[in-house]
Amino acid sequence: MNALWMRQIGAVLRLEWKKTFFSRRAWWIYLLAAGPVAITMIHWLFELNRPVSMSRHTLGDDSVGYAAMFQFFYLRGAIFFGCVGIFANQFRAEMLEKTLHYYYLTPVRREVLVAGKYLAGLLTAVVLFAGSAALSFLMIGRHFGAAYNDYILHGPGLGQLGWYTTTAALACAGYGAVFLMCGLIFRNPMIPAAVVYVWENLNPFLPSLAKKISVIFYLKNLCPVEVPFPPPLNVMVVDTDPIPAWLAIPGLLAVTLVLLAYTAYTARQGEISYSE
Amino acid sequence: MTAPSPSLVTFGNVSRFYGEVLGVNRVSLSIPPGITSLVGPNGSGKTTLMNLMTGLIRPTQGEISVLGIPPDHPERLCRIVGYCAQFDAFPKGLTGFQFIYSYLLLHDMSENECRRRTQAALEKVNMVDAANRLVAAYSKGMRQRIKLAQAIAHDPQVLVLDEPLNGLDPMARAETIALFREWGASGRHVIVSSHILHEVDSISDQVILLSHGYVVAEGQIQGVRSEVKEQPMQILVRCDRPSELAARLFQQNHVVEAKIHGDGHNLLLRTTDADAFYLLLNRVILDSGLVVESVAPADDDVNSVYQYLIGGEGGSV
Repeated sequence: MNALWMRQIGAVLRLEWKKTFFSRRAWWIYLLAAGPVAITMIHWLFELNRPVSMSRHTLGDDSVGYAAMFQFFYLRGAIFFGCVGIFANQFRAEMLEKTLHYYYLTPVRREVLVAGKYLAGLLTAVVLFAGSAALSFLMIGRHFGAAYNDYILHGPGLGQLGWYTTTAALACAGYGAVFLMCGLIFRNPMIPAAVVYVWENLNPFLPSLAKKISVIFYLKNLCPVEVPFPPPLNVMVVDTDPIPAWLAIPGLLAVTLVLLAYTAYTARQGEISYSE
Repeated sequence: MTAPSPSLVTFGNVSRFYGEVLGVNRVSLSIPPGITSLVGPNGSGKTTLMNLMTGLIRPTQGEISVLGIPPDHPERLCRIVGYCAQFDAFPKGLTGFQFIYSYLLLHDMSENECRRRTQAALEKVNMVDAANRLVAAYSKGMRQRIKLAQAIAHDPQVLVLDEPLNGLDPMARAETIALFREWGASGRHVIVSSHILHEVDSISDQVILLSHGYVVAEGQIQGVRSEVKEQPMQILVRCDRPSELAARLFQQNHVVEAKIHGDGHNLLLRTTDADAFYLLLNRVILDSGLVVESVAPADDDVNSVYQYLIGGEGGSV
């Protein structure tokens, strides 16, 4: 990658980041990111004011509770739909607004444009969702006071926080690549998004090989705390050997790069034809 | 097949179909520097040709070269091409200045250089006062001018303008036409599309007439007119004895019609052989002492040529 491309990616990133981060249409994405933070804050305040006579749950309970929220709300809900909202609109919104040709008439390789737009979306998604995951993690056991500080600073907490934020960032990277491609290829990216959503949520019940053709499979393996499926669904889960992090991360990044390469190729071949 | 040239915009047997619908068909052109007008009614293929030469769409077949660069290399092409497209849409939330400046940043110029060029482009289109207002609050004419400023800001060698005079008031129209002339005179390509024939008639160095996706004529207006052999040419002669001149001319086979017009001193002739007519006129002047005030072709404007070639209604095309 030459210096010119880097400077142009920087210029696209600069233009797109503002548009993506401060879009009025993105209010629901802010809500998705802020929701868990608000819930964990309410949980903290509620636990602080709970009468001593009432039974309290343990730090371990909160840890599993957070893991469940992370896997089922963040990964399968907030980050997934947040990425639909952010990345699918990177090209599609400009096609609908008939402004994409301004980019196509600049001396920027389409591949560079794709990279710039992707990085702008990624920056926004990571700030919102990895930030939200980190904040809610720091909040969920706050009512334990010094014990929670000790859990984070001297126990497994800091490592877990690192893995949760890394996993959230990788989820943004993987889903971002999927939906950037959908936004460029499909007139209505919601349809492929729905298909991907069903596929990702069927993942635990799929055969071993099919599991691997997904983003959630790799992400789940990175989560530091395992959350068992509740009955009766647990009988349908197909167990697969977990993939170690050193394989899951490059695997996910490789899938992301393949998707981005295809998106760049599509953009290179693409035409401006707003009416079609 | 038109060979690519570093000084021409060339189309070599280019066709473009939108599914079953014809955009342009078998177009071969060489567009030299200067002002070139693409003229034709809606759906004739003007915008398709412009989108093809700027790389926004690709030809179904054939080859295009813009000063030697194929349009499927935007990273090279867009350094030398500026395109003011017909789409009246702008990125949201930007002022006129930001709109031009933002896209200039992608030309790999320093921020100071981008600011300087943005300012210069705004001055060219007389939009300095409105530069810090949101584009969304601009009038149609202002939006047209800010698009033009954005197209010229990087100082392109080839300026492509799709219906650039639409929505402009007479003053802005005159200023914009002056800008085209300045650019054309500086040895650049200015390619303008319009359906308002008299506008391009007065500013064009050459015209390309389009109909239903085909190029029906190209070249200088007068040249195009002289190619329309089957249509008698109209010539207006203002002289002191038009009746006598008409009588002499009617003895010739190539003169098919003569009408006395206006104040009785204008004779409008239709002839199938203009060269023979001019020779004859010289002889009549010498023989009879006819006092001729002016002689001018009456139908070598785009409008007339267009009517002859396509059968359209010139003024409304």
